[in-house]
This record gives sequence, C-alpha cells and structure tokens, in this order.
Amino acid sequence: MTVDTAPPPTAVPASAPAVRRKGPRPGRIGVHVFLMGVSIAFLAPLLLAVYASFRPYEETSRYGYFSLPRHLSFHYYKEAFSDSGMTKYFVNTLIIAVPGVIVTLFLASFVAFAVSRLRMRGGIVLLMLFTAGNLLPQQVIVTPLYVVFNRIPLPYWMSDSMTMFDSYWAVILVQIGFQIGFCVFVLANFMRTLPQEILEAAIVDGAGVWTQFWRITLPLCRPAIAALCTLEFTWMYNDFLWALVFMSDGDKLPITSALNNLRGEFFTDYNLLAAGSVIVALPTLVVFLLLQRHFIAGLTLGSTK
Amino acid sequence: MALNTARRSARRGRRRFTRRDLVVLGLLLGIPVLLDIAIVWGPTLASVVLSFTSWDGVGAIKWVGTQNYANLFTNYPPFWPAVRHNLLWLGFLGLVSVPFGLLLAVLIDRGVRFSRFYQSTLYMPVVLSLAVVGFIAQLVFSRDQGVLNALIGNTKNPTDWLGDPKLNIWMILLAAAWRHTGYVMILYLAGLKAVDPSLKEAAAIDGASEAQTFFRVVFPTLRPVNVIVGVITVIESLRAFDIVYAVNHGRNGLEVLSVLVTDNIIGEASRIGFGSAIAVVLLAVSMGFVVTYLVQEIRGEKSR
Repeated sequence: MTVDTAPPPTAVPASAPAVRRKGPRPGRIGVHVFLMGVSIAFLAPLLLAVYASFRPYEETSRYGYFSLPRHLSFHYYKEAFSDSGMTKYFVNTLIIAVPGVIVTLFLASFVAFAVSRLRMRGGIVLLMLFTAGNLLPQQVIVTPLYVVFNRIPLPYWMSDSMTMFDSYWAVILVQIGFQIGFCVFVLANFMRTLPQEILEAAIVDGAGVWTQFWRITLPLCRPAIAALCTLEFTWMYNDFLWALVFMSDGDKLPITSALNNLRGEFFTDYNLLAAGSVIVALPTLVVFLLLQRHFIAGLTLGSTK
Repeated sequence: MALNTARRSARRGRRRFTRRDLVVLGLLLGIPVLLDIAIVWGPTLASVVLSFTSWDGVGAIKWVGTQNYANLFTNYPPFWPAVRHNLLWLGFLGLVSVPFGLLLAVLIDRGVRFSRFYQSTLYMPVVLSLAVVGFIAQLVFSRDQGVLNALIGNTKNPTDWLGDPKLNIWMILLAAAWRHTGYVMILYLAGLKAVDPSLKEAAAIDGASEAQTFFRVVFPTLRPVNVIVGVITVIESLRAFDIVYAVNHGRNGLEVLSVLVTDNIIGEASRIGFGSAIAVVLLAVSMGFVVTYLVQEIRGEKSR
C-alpha cells in the first residue's frame, strides 16, 4: 500500500511525468515564475498585434502602440476583408495547401513504406535522395525552376497565363516536390518502429504490396500522419517565397504574400496590417491548438526511435 | 533471431512480387522520385551549371567561367555582409535559441502544473508565418511608435532599432530566436517523453543529483534529437529570408544570402548567372552540413 506503486506497464508513457511527486518545494515556485515570465514574453508581441489591430491609426501614431486605448473597433478587420479581399487570398492559399498536403503525405508515405518495410535494394539511396533534397536551401532551386516554368505551356483551362509560370500548378508542384523529403524522413523513422510480424502475417495471407501499404501499414501510422499534417499545413500555408517568385499576377497570391498588398507605396497603415496579420495567423493557430495532442504524440514516436 | 528470420522471409518475399505489385511500386515510387529529381535535384545541378554563365533569362547563354564568382567575392558589396549575417544567425540560434529551448523542455518535462499551457504558448510563434513575425517585429521595434522605445522611456531621442544598420540585425535575430526556441523546445520535449523513465529512477536510486541525472543519463539518450535540432538550426540560418524580406527587403544592414539570390533573379536586372553563383555558395555551405548529417544517419541505419 505504498504511494509509489509502479504504474501498470501499459500506462508507462502516459504517466511518466507523475513518476516523482514530492509536493511543493521552493524550486517549483521558481520554475513557475520563470516559465510564466517566459510565456508572457512570448505571448506579448502577439497580443500587441491583436491590440494594435483594434485601434485607429491616428491614435497609435499620436500616442504610440504602448498606450491606453481610446477607441476600439473591428473597423480594420472589416476593411481587410472587404477592401483588400483577404477572403480571396485565403481561398488561394487553400487551393495550394490542401492538395499540397494531401498529395505530399500520400506519396511520401508510400516511399517511406517501400524504403522501411519492403527492404528493397537501394532503399537507403532513395531515403538519402529525399532527405538531402529537403535540406537544400530553397534559393538554390529557384532560378532554374523559374526559367523552366516560364517555358512550359499549359492549356488555358489549366492556367490563364498559358504557362506553368504564374499558375497554381507551379506552386503546388514545388511545394509537393520540396516537402516530400521531410515527410519521407519522418514516416520512414516511424514505420521502422512498427512490428514486422503484422506484415508477415499479411504476406502469408497473400496481401499484395498495395494492401500491405494501404490497409495495414498506413492505418498504424495515424499519429505520425496527424503530426505531419499539422506541420505541413503550417509550412505550406506560411510559405512566402514560392508564390513570390513563381507568380506575377497579384490576384493569385496566397495570403502571406498578399499581406504585402496591404502595405501602401507611400503610406502604410500599420494597424490595418496588424489586422491582416492576425487574420493570416489565426488559421494556423487554430489548427495547432486543435491538433496539438496528436502533434506531440506523433513527434514522440517519430523522431527519436 | 526473430529479426533475422523476418528479414530472410521478407527477402524471399521480394521475389514474389506479382505483376500488380510491380505496377504499384513503379507508379508510387516512380512519381515521387521523378518529382524529386525534376523539382529538387535537377534544378540544383542546373544552378551549378548556370553559375558559370552570364544570362539575363531571355538572350543567349554565354559561358563566362568563374567570372561570376570572382565578381561575387571581390566586387559585390552586399556579399560579405550577407555571409557575416548568415553566420551570425547560425551562431545566435545555435548558442541562444537551442540551449534555451532545451532548458524550457526540461523544465516542462518535469511535470509541472500548467505544462500544457506553457507548451502551447511557447510553441505558438512557430506556427506564425515569418512574414507576420517580421511585421510584429516592426510593431515592437519601430522608431516613433514602437513598444520598445516606449517601454524603456526612450521617446525623447528614440532609437531606430530597425533602421540603424548596426542594430537591426540583432533585433531581427531576436525575432528569429523567438520563433526558433519554440520549435527546438517541442522537438526536445518529444525526445524527453521517449526517454525510458526507469533510467531516471535507476540514477535516482544510485544517488545522482538532478543535474547529474540529466547530463550523464538523459542527455546522452537525446543524441538523435540533438542531431535533428542541429540540422534544422543550420538549415534555418542558411535559409533565412522571410523576416528580413518583410522588414526591409534585406537592405541597409539586413543583407542575407537568400535575399541576394532572389534580388538577382526576380529583380529588374535578372542576372540569373550571378544569382546562381550566390545560390551555389549557399549550396556548398549547406551540403557540408547535410553530408555530415547523412553519413551519421547511415551509420545508424547499418547498426539497426
């Protein structure tokens, strides 16, 4: 009947932090003060942007951003949505990010499966090809792609610029090609931790490669896929460079690059820009907060074993 | 033993691929491999080739040998500052963000109350677009209305944190570290959760202090995470682009290599050969790190 009974083996990962609990110590309070201080420091800039977005420009330009509010309103949010067409740019982002994430995860999970489960010859070479590719700086591949995309014709129904350049296809394709590497890396690590016996049994039952992948391996990878989904969506959503380089038509820009449109040539209303930034930041924050439990779980299993 | 038999039977299985299996393999391996070559490796090689030419993207491609590199090193004023800034970036993230992120992860992992709150708050900046981070940096650091000057009561003779070419890189580094720390923390947190608790218990029974337990027992098991964090930090520092671009398009004290590449390509001059030469310098540095990392990975692979 001691307090320190060992937890049942299945519960070990979940209850790991509760291994030692000695009641409040002065050290604990110090830790809380420190963590609280850091948390506030980390949140402050974000809250500042939210605060600024509710205040009129005249007020902040007169009294500075660090002053008590005199007027608060949703004016800039309305302006950002109606005048600057944030909705349109948001849709543009989804046109790029949603197929991007789905195709990337699908292709990458099969490569990871082949590399880690099928024990093919050349598996390591493939793994290296993808992993190293993702680690290259984007700027290295920008120039040739820019030139090539300018020369690939597309029919009008696919791209109103009639070339690969200045079309969603270019950006989606680059996102997929560039991000596959990271997903292959994480998923291959994850799949390696799955017991081989499950596949053995399936093979004995006559399952083909596709069944082994789609029906058996993939469902087991749900935590890793959920984590990657959050990460990849955030990355593709936040990307700035590809659209900047591969698009010239302002109407097709994704939301991050469109933030620049809120900047005037001679006069910039920073409070409007603050509202725009909050609008841009909100979806990724929501996705993260909703999925964070899966996110940590997926990373735990993926990155270290 | 079990692993060996599994391996053997899997090897036998390989010969048993049916025609349908081969089609699936060919398609689903072929498409990503082609894509990777077309989008990543092909252009990388092309960049190297283009860096030895002079080209404006439209006219004839002229072979100029190493002239672009000679110009770059001797007669392109923003180049060396950019190199310095990228190195500074690496040093700052590596020596400030990474240890700080590790410290936060260790504190949170000890199972303090509200750990979920701390964890989400500290990670929050990571999900922000760097363009947004760059903009928020302006709100904080701007000369006349910025919060920092107001906070330190410096409104009479305000410091131009982002305009002063001696100061601004440090402010940008703070903003970059704000984001990087949370990323590092999450990775370490994930790593720490995977550490076998019985290791810690054993160390405690042997009378090890908390610090000893961490440095002698826990930290060594974090090696794979350390490697990942190291690689991400290097890559992040070399790729640095969005923040400076959002602040002032990478001028006046904020030159970085990636902005120079972009400027030369999509700028009006469209000096593609020259821009590629800068990109190749970036490539050479990062390949150094990437290859070291992969060699380690493969060693790990063989011992598995």
